[in-house]
Amino acid sequence: MQTNAAAGILPAAPRLLMKQKKKGLGDDFFKYFVASVASIVLVIIILVVYQLISNSRLSIAKFGFGFITSSTWDPVAEQFGALPMIWGTLVSSLLGLVIALPLSLGVAIFLAELAPLFLKKWMITTFSFMVELLAAIPSIVYGLWGMFVLAPWLQTTIQPWLIAHFGSIFLFQGVPYGIGMMPAGIILAIMMVPIITSISRDVINMVPNTLKEGALALGATRWEAIKLVLGASKSGILGAVILGMGRALGETMAVTLVIGNTPQIKTSLLEPATTMASVLANEFTEATSDMYISSLIEVGLLLFLITIVVNVIARYLVWQASKNLVQSR
Amino acid sequence: MKPYTRYRYAKNWTALALCCVSGLIVLVPLGYILMYTVIHGLSALNLSFFTNLPKPVGETGGGIANALVGTLVMLLLSGVIAIPIGVLSGIYLAEFGNNTFGNVIRFMTDVMNGLPSIIIGVFAYTLVVIPMKRFSAIAGAVALSILMLPIIIRATEELVKLVPGHIREGGVAIGIPRWKVSLRIILRTAMPGIITAIMLSVARAAGETAPLLFTALGNRFWQARLDQPMAAVSLQIYEYAKAPYEDWHAQAWAASLVVIMMILVFKIIIRIVTKGEVKAAT
Repeated sequence: MQTNAAAGILPAAPRLLMKQKKKGLGDDFFKYFVASVASIVLVIIILVVYQLISNSRLSIAKFGFGFITSSTWDPVAEQFGALPMIWGTLVSSLLGLVIALPLSLGVAIFLAELAPLFLKKWMITTFSFMVELLAAIPSIVYGLWGMFVLAPWLQTTIQPWLIAHFGSIFLFQGVPYGIGMMPAGIILAIMMVPIITSISRDVINMVPNTLKEGALALGATRWEAIKLVLGASKSGILGAVILGMGRALGETMAVTLVIGNTPQIKTSLLEPATTMASVLANEFTEATSDMYISSLIEVGLLLFLITIVVNVIARYLVWQASKNLVQSR
Repeated sequence: MKPYTRYRYAKNWTALALCCVSGLIVLVPLGYILMYTVIHGLSALNLSFFTNLPKPVGETGGGIANALVGTLVMLLLSGVIAIPIGVLSGIYLAEFGNNTFGNVIRFMTDVMNGLPSIIIGVFAYTLVVIPMKRFSAIAGAVALSILMLPIIIRATEELVKLVPGHIREGGVAIGIPRWKVSLRIILRTAMPGIITAIMLSVARAAGETAPLLFTALGNRFWQARLDQPMAAVSLQIYEYAKAPYEDWHAQAWAASLVVIMMILVFKIIIRIVTKGEVKAAT
């Protein structure tokens, strides 16, 4: 009996195996096919690094490390140093951050903790609508507005007032040009606020309620309780800030139109300046010599490296913060 | 009340009031920008703006017809490049991506998403413009597709992961090969969401100027060939904004309004499409 049954099963078994093997082949093929498509992303990033380095080798060979420390940018004499652009990029982004951070935190706290219940839903809808609108407005339109509305307004009202009252401070010395570091920082702040707000709101929402309730139960005022919540979400907010910075560092069109595109290092916010992104936008198509193009591409390489470092730190902080908060729940 | 308590209360109310005020401050510039664009854009907008070519300085009645077509052509072309790569990569990450290689790809997608758009432009310049020895619509489309890719990949991954496990198990249980389950059942279930993500990425690419500056370059005339410089609305805005002519500035506002309207129309279509699909699914 048993041998019979075994004989009955055995002939069928290889066929079954064969069929399964065939299915497995299709699956394997599919898996490796999509994997190879996915690796295109990896290839592109490697290619970006390779292309930027290989196309800037002329200027890397000529200027070496001095490219970062020299502040001469003279296309006629073919002397190139990127310090004014690095300075402009960092200062305009920092200025944007100084304006954007308190406002963003205020809005985030309002949305997460303060908004009365009957307004909360409406407020949050309005806010997410606002974020969506922000994404819908191209950065060139911000630049256009900054150039035709913000800069003239600063020139005629805000800047003369600042010079009259705070002219002795190094930040506000000079003549009111309108365009320059100040409108660039303000435009960047307008663009950063929604990013920083939405991420910090999420982080604040993740803090366990018991923390706030405990503080309130001990007689703390609402603000004192909120300060505790902010302390707990510190690293996440820092991540949001750096993510916003990453966006601001690479912002091109809005900044190009308002910053004045002058490669100089001045401490006054009233002076025109330039950033790494805006020098590329402004001079790339006009660059005629190989050395000029190569130097511009090296500026691009530096910008690429800075934004990657900033983004990696930001992602790590946000990820770490959400992990810690989820664990502490 | 003790003085210190009074101080704490005062501090409390000041801080809370400042939070509310910051909400208002933030809303003002955004509303202002939108209002200004609409008012100044509408006054320069008319039918011939959509049908005419840009006119030289001094002649009125110029339009952005070639730029509108150029933008659409390059968006279409970049979609053709980015959508298949993006969707398949997303499927890989969702279905087989729980390993080191998957994490590397995920990280690289994030890096790509954080790339400044001007760097994408420089990259496309070195990759396409230098070997071809001229600016072209193809180079512009390559740049835009690199911009779109990370959005499509991450959205596809999230949406494929959201498909309930029993749907996959049902397919496998009746003997369909797993790859066919992935493509024909899982992907189809996730499709409405993926289409939304694709439209969002198109909407983002539609307003970009920086990647096109030295890839597509811009063009004041009609251009049907893809290996030639092509006009785009955003490039046209930039050119008009830099010029010192009042008439061109007015046209820049009108073109800005057109771009914003285009992007909003994309977004409204997304809303309508996804709502319809959700209703059909339930």
